[in-house]
Amino acid sequence: MKIYDGKYILIGLLVFVGLATFPIWFDHGKAVAPADPSLNTPVIAGMMVKHCILPKDQMITEHMKLLNVWRTEVVRYGKRVYVAPNGEKYEMSLETECFRCHSNKAEFCDRCHNFAGLDKASDPYCFSCHVVPSEKKPGAVAMVGKESK
Amino acid sequence: MLERALTGSDKYKRLLGGLLILMGLGFAAYLTQWEHGLMITGMGRDVSWGFYIAQFTFLVGVAASAVMVVLPYYVHDVKVFGKITILGEFLAIASVIMCLLFIMADLGKPMRVLNVLLYPTPNSILFWDMVVLNGYLLLNVFIGWNVLEAERKGTHYPKWVKPLIYLSIPWAVSIHTVTAFLICGLPGREFWLTAIMAARFLASAFCSGPALLILLALIVKKYTKFDPGMEAINKLLTVVTYAMLISVFFVILEFFSAFYSNIPSHMETLKYMFFGLDGKHALVPFMWLFVILAIAGVALLMHPNVRKNENLLIAACCCVFFSMYLDKGVGLIVGGFVPNMFGQVHEYMPTIPELMIAIGIWATGFFILSVLYKIAVSVKEEVGA
Amino acid sequence: MEKSRRDFLKIGGICALGLSSLDVADAFAKKRVTEFLTNPKAGTAKRWAMAIDVKKCWNEGNEGCTECILACDLAHNIPDIPVKRQEVKWIWNEKYENAFPGQEESMEPKEVKDKPFMVLCNHCLHAPCVRVCPTQATFKDPDGITMMDFHRCIGCRYCMAACPYGARSFNWRDPRPYVKKINPDFPTRDRGVVEKCDFCVERLAIGKIPACVEACKSKALIFGDLDDPESELRKALASRFSIQRKPELGTMPGVYYLI
Repeated sequence: MKIYDGKYILIGLLVFVGLATFPIWFDHGKAVAPADPSLNTPVIAGMMVKHCILPKDQMITEHMKLLNVWRTEVVRYGKRVYVAPNGEKYEMSLETECFRCHSNKAEFCDRCHNFAGLDKASDPYCFSCHVVPSEKKPGAVAMVGKESK
Repeated sequence: MLERALTGSDKYKRLLGGLLILMGLGFAAYLTQWEHGLMITGMGRDVSWGFYIAQFTFLVGVAASAVMVVLPYYVHDVKVFGKITILGEFLAIASVIMCLLFIMADLGKPMRVLNVLLYPTPNSILFWDMVVLNGYLLLNVFIGWNVLEAERKGTHYPKWVKPLIYLSIPWAVSIHTVTAFLICGLPGREFWLTAIMAARFLASAFCSGPALLILLALIVKKYTKFDPGMEAINKLLTVVTYAMLISVFFVILEFFSAFYSNIPSHMETLKYMFFGLDGKHALVPFMWLFVILAIAGVALLMHPNVRKNENLLIAACCCVFFSMYLDKGVGLIVGGFVPNMFGQVHEYMPTIPELMIAIGIWATGFFILSVLYKIAVSVKEEVGA
Repeated sequence: MEKSRRDFLKIGGICALGLSSLDVADAFAKKRVTEFLTNPKAGTAKRWAMAIDVKKCWNEGNEGCTECILACDLAHNIPDIPVKRQEVKWIWNEKYENAFPGQEESMEPKEVKDKPFMVLCNHCLHAPCVRVCPTQATFKDPDGITMMDFHRCIGCRYCMAACPYGARSFNWRDPRPYVKKINPDFPTRDRGVVEKCDFCVERLAIGKIPACVEACKSKALIFGDLDDPESELRKALASRFSIQRKPELGTMPGVYYLI
């Protein structure tokens, strides 16, 4: 079998494979500190049996899906109460429910998100609208680009 | 065939280089919009659509006008259009791409644009506009490419292209009708709420589009060995003439209904555009330039020498194109928002970054157009048409 | 050789399509195991609506009273944008000639001409904004409220062109720095989405009444179920003459002005 323009195709393929695997070989061998999200908040410390809405493993992998389902139910169907598989009821709200226990966004949410390589400023962008507990102070008027009148 | 776009004269390369620079400037301006949001534009809560949507509206017309060469050639077998058809189709491709880019530039959340597909909403005209514009783009890409490739190989284009060509004719009408429906079905916007809006759109499209096509054909003729033929241009000029007369007639109709009925809400926008309202008159010079160019265009088109004298022809086409541009690409969309829903007059002026983004998108369109025309012309030169 | 390359690509494409359909099959196989409920305290109505008693507003409130506006701004983190044309407003005052354009003549009583009329989203039965939205980001909820889904809005602003009441605001810039006092129970908005009055759907859901209604000391705002003949709202509408903004447009507004 003869490959037309084989030289170029093979070089192109090599470059493509190199670029596509860039994150793997670039980070290979580098030591990264574990994410270590902190559960050290007053509310969690006061819990008799420490548990989240769903089992821990499921929360780790699926919290974003759960939040997405919650927001759809709340905003679009007016349902505000979630019944967990174990029968417990929760208000479907990031502010009043999630942050009730996890009042330490910087040590909890951010640590994992940063570990996973998410851009803190834009991804996940939940917090550009939803108010984080420590942020309950008046917003300072920042310089937001040039005024255009 | 794409490789033909990669080689060319120095002039061709300089043209592309110049357009690339404009595109880069436009992109840089877009980055500031991406960073700061649409606050960098002149739009606001009263005039909430501005220059972007106006350009979009005008360019949908240019895209739709390809049907004015496709229809006679494929349905009525007007052979002289054979050479110019591909130019019309490629102009449509470039225009639709500009339309889509202007929509993207106008969105507050462009990264969410696929929500339109994820949650299809048939009661929204914007949903249908998305469907017809993308459909029209695909149709023209498939048709133009296959017909040109067949011509290069000296064969007849594949059979399956024929139904697509027939489909593209009503489809072209649909893109501009749907775009008119975007604005002519909104309660409380009396200036737009006119049953002849779609007809007006089509009429202005069928004069401004072919006028641009004539200008492009003359450029192609001057700078390449491919001659689209004076006969085709003259036939197109007839289309331009009638469409222009109908367009002007439609504008007069709007004036009659508004002013003879004496209903304030129907008169106010026209008053604002042509005479100023509440001491605000940003659009007045543009609208009177439109009137002057339209009259000059009609006069030139009616002139017996326009078919003999190329300079007259160019002047006529420029008048038609720019008058229709001022009508649709400047006045119509912005005007519809003045006065606002509270009867107050708040004016709109595009900002520099907004204009730079618009110029960048126009440059992108002309870049695509140049590349496509280069390919088409190379093929035509090769087969010695 | 040409032929077989083509075939290879075709077969490859079909295989890729087959593999990608696995997810779809998975999604269909899943059952919903969780349950979602409404709060038992939540107020319910077939169609929430409001009447504004302008006489009470003018006569019993203090001159220049803006309690309802302030309460709304606070409840919903409405930013105070310095550039006039980029303002975000949910509820605000307009003059008669601006709130009711086309209905003004020149002989109205001075009071009508000069005093404020409170304007807000009309939560129309046939809402033009809902009709035009290409993503259903704005929609009618079962209680008759015209809702905004800030997560879904693509910022095309078609709804702003369609709304005959100018009730919609676009976030031309990031509003967060301009919110004077942040209410942690309600989100702020992201740059690039449209917003408007939501009849305090978040308060209705936990059994409260809208913030503006609660805040009005002269009880000039009457909120209730338009479809319930026994509601306070319907009784007020039955006993007093009322007008609406641009009723001729067929939007069936849900806000009445008791004259």
